[in-house]
Amino acid sequence: MSTARKGADRLFWFLALTGLIAGLVGLWTRLTVGHASANYGSYIPWGLWVSGYIYMIGLSAGAFVMSALVFVFRVKALERIGTLALLTALTTLIGALLMIWMDLGHMDRVWRMVLRTNFGSVMGWMAWLYGAYFVLLLVEFWQAMRLRLVLQADAPGLAGTLCRILTFGNRDASAASRRRDAARLRILGSIGIPLAIAFHGSVGAIFGVVGARPYWNSGLTPIIFLVGALLSGAALLAMVTAIWGPGKEDGDNTAIVVLIGRIILGLLAFDVILEWAEISIGLWSSLPAESASLKLILFGHYWWVYWGVHVGLGILLPALLLLFAGKRASAVGWAGGLIAATFMSVRLNIVIPGLAVPEMEGLRDAFQGPGLSFEYFPSSAEWLLFIFAVSTAALLFLLGKSLLPVVDHDANPDLEPQLQGGPGHVQ
Amino acid sequence: MNKQSKDPTTAPEREAASADATRVRREFLAKFGSGVFASLLAPALAGGALPALAQSPRRAPGALKMPDLPPETEGEDVVLRMMRELRRALAKPAAERRWSMVIDLRKCVGCHACTISCIAENKLPPGVVYRPVMEEELGKFPHVSRRFTPRPCMQCEKPSCTAVCPVSATWKRADGIVEIDYDQCIGCRYCLTACPYSARTFDAGHNYTDRTPENTPALVDRARAARYEQTKAHDYGKEWGREPDASPIGNARKCHFCVHRLEKGMLPECVTGCIGHATFFGDANDPDSLIAELIGRPNGMRLKEELGTQPKVHYLL
Repeated sequence: MSTARKGADRLFWFLALTGLIAGLVGLWTRLTVGHASANYGSYIPWGLWVSGYIYMIGLSAGAFVMSALVFVFRVKALERIGTLALLTALTTLIGALLMIWMDLGHMDRVWRMVLRTNFGSVMGWMAWLYGAYFVLLLVEFWQAMRLRLVLQADAPGLAGTLCRILTFGNRDASAASRRRDAARLRILGSIGIPLAIAFHGSVGAIFGVVGARPYWNSGLTPIIFLVGALLSGAALLAMVTAIWGPGKEDGDNTAIVVLIGRIILGLLAFDVILEWAEISIGLWSSLPAESASLKLILFGHYWWVYWGVHVGLGILLPALLLLFAGKRASAVGWAGGLIAATFMSVRLNIVIPGLAVPEMEGLRDAFQGPGLSFEYFPSSAEWLLFIFAVSTAALLFLLGKSLLPVVDHDANPDLEPQLQGGPGHVQ
Repeated sequence: MNKQSKDPTTAPEREAASADATRVRREFLAKFGSGVFASLLAPALAGGALPALAQSPRRAPGALKMPDLPPETEGEDVVLRMMRELRRALAKPAAERRWSMVIDLRKCVGCHACTISCIAENKLPPGVVYRPVMEEELGKFPHVSRRFTPRPCMQCEKPSCTAVCPVSATWKRADGIVEIDYDQCIGCRYCLTACPYSARTFDAGHNYTDRTPENTPALVDRARAARYEQTKAHDYGKEWGREPDASPIGNARKCHFCVHRLEKGMLPECVTGCIGHATFFGDANDPDSLIAELIGRPNGMRLKEELGTQPKVHYLL
């Protein structure tokens, strides 16, 4: 690993561990004080945690679809990062589920989402889709690693032990088993694509179907969610690949990172078009209810979140990097990191402004009390718990990439054999 | 009821009957008012007696004797009339009732008594409010007026809050009241976002005594003041305390037309607590009821009628 990549690796370990330790304070507060420590409430019932949840779930869906390019569409140029994409999808999914679980008023009743589901509710469907996606992701991740687990089962140390355990006694590394692996991965990935689209579409639909909130209530909402998920997930994968991707030196994985860079540039352009459609139609609407939330985003108290964080750091700077330095892995990695990190501002700008416009203006001053406000800024406890969930996901990823054979630095053809089993390679 | 058959024939008899009716009405209202007042103060004053009260087993709705009403008289207080009509409605199967409310905005003076009496009746914690009163200033000097609009739950005929619940913890009852099962609710707050009237609030677990000092020589320290908060609420006819992490903490909450009072023959607290008789309540399916009469008036309107939710709370302008 080059010095720059080693430095980035150490930095992320440091950030993840520090975040986890700081985040434990947030976890403790959440478990002892409950929702009384949060600044959301009755008029703005969803806050940072729900935004963080849709942010991380989007990263997961996007990373998963990137893995499908490898296992389903057999894009050969990306085949060495298929497992890494799955690990990214799995860890961000865990972070997202942790976040939304903590957001529930009764965490102990989460099982009702699955066993007492109201299938008339989009949220009810979502619980089942998540369950299915989680199981599929686990199985696919294991299947993608299976051969490498077998090949590294005799390695010394903790990683070797873990590989031995995870082979579950099956040490078959024959050509037939490789073909079987490839076929299974293709099936799992094929099921996974519609599942990923359905579950993230359903997250968007949760907002889209709420007729009481004109800003959310649009058929475009689930589509925007999906494209945003693809963009942010692919961007995260670009950064992940640039830092931890296959290859021992900086130049080794340039081809892969550059290709992801091209993909995210296209997705960024598409996302900007959708955003333009949403904002321009909403602002030109003759109904103030429709445009009020957009005006809050563009010119409200937190205008800098949109213009500075999202447009400046999340669109313009990455676009410049991708356009003018798109052949350098480090530049693409930076662009991906910027898009992925600042996408949180997009999620916040979906959730909060949709709620911050009073449904009945008179309620603003009708009665006072905690949570009876249309102004919202997350409390320190909310930030800390958010940091806890993100750090947990990051730490799981770092542990996964360190202990499990998800990255092939040696480019040994024996270690990427799953894809050799079937026809239909795309160069 | 045939009032003509009861009318006295001579003037002195009429005067005597009128005086008698007035005395009976006054006696009733005095007892009734005292009862309401006592119910508001009792929890704070009862002290050690409270736990015993709080743990008393829940009685079946029919087991309680309904309050005695004086004989019906002409021109009697509308509260009495509505209580009679309430009993008439309770005698019918639930599916044949349609509990509705009418709020006469011309009579509302913005005293917020309904908000406060609702909070006292339902033992609402900070941040939870079932019936806020919205205030608006209309016109310009010198033609200025203020409009006060109480906003209870609209108990919509087609509620948008129930369908979104992922665990079916909220539904429209046979009598039209939208109920929440606090034991089923997971606290996802999706219903709060879906209600176009912001009628649902989230019980985040705040208490009035959260920052009250412990064991101080003050008149009311935490231990003493907290007794009020330990008083059980009776939302949807069940008893609810304030134990941490237990419902209704962590739940969506909203106005329920005081169903625990209705089933005992009493009107919702906001109706009896209104100082100007601006809030009316009853069974809109009863054509002879006051509520049906008021709903039929041409100066009536409902909030956000264009959404098609068909609220059962009507306003008179």
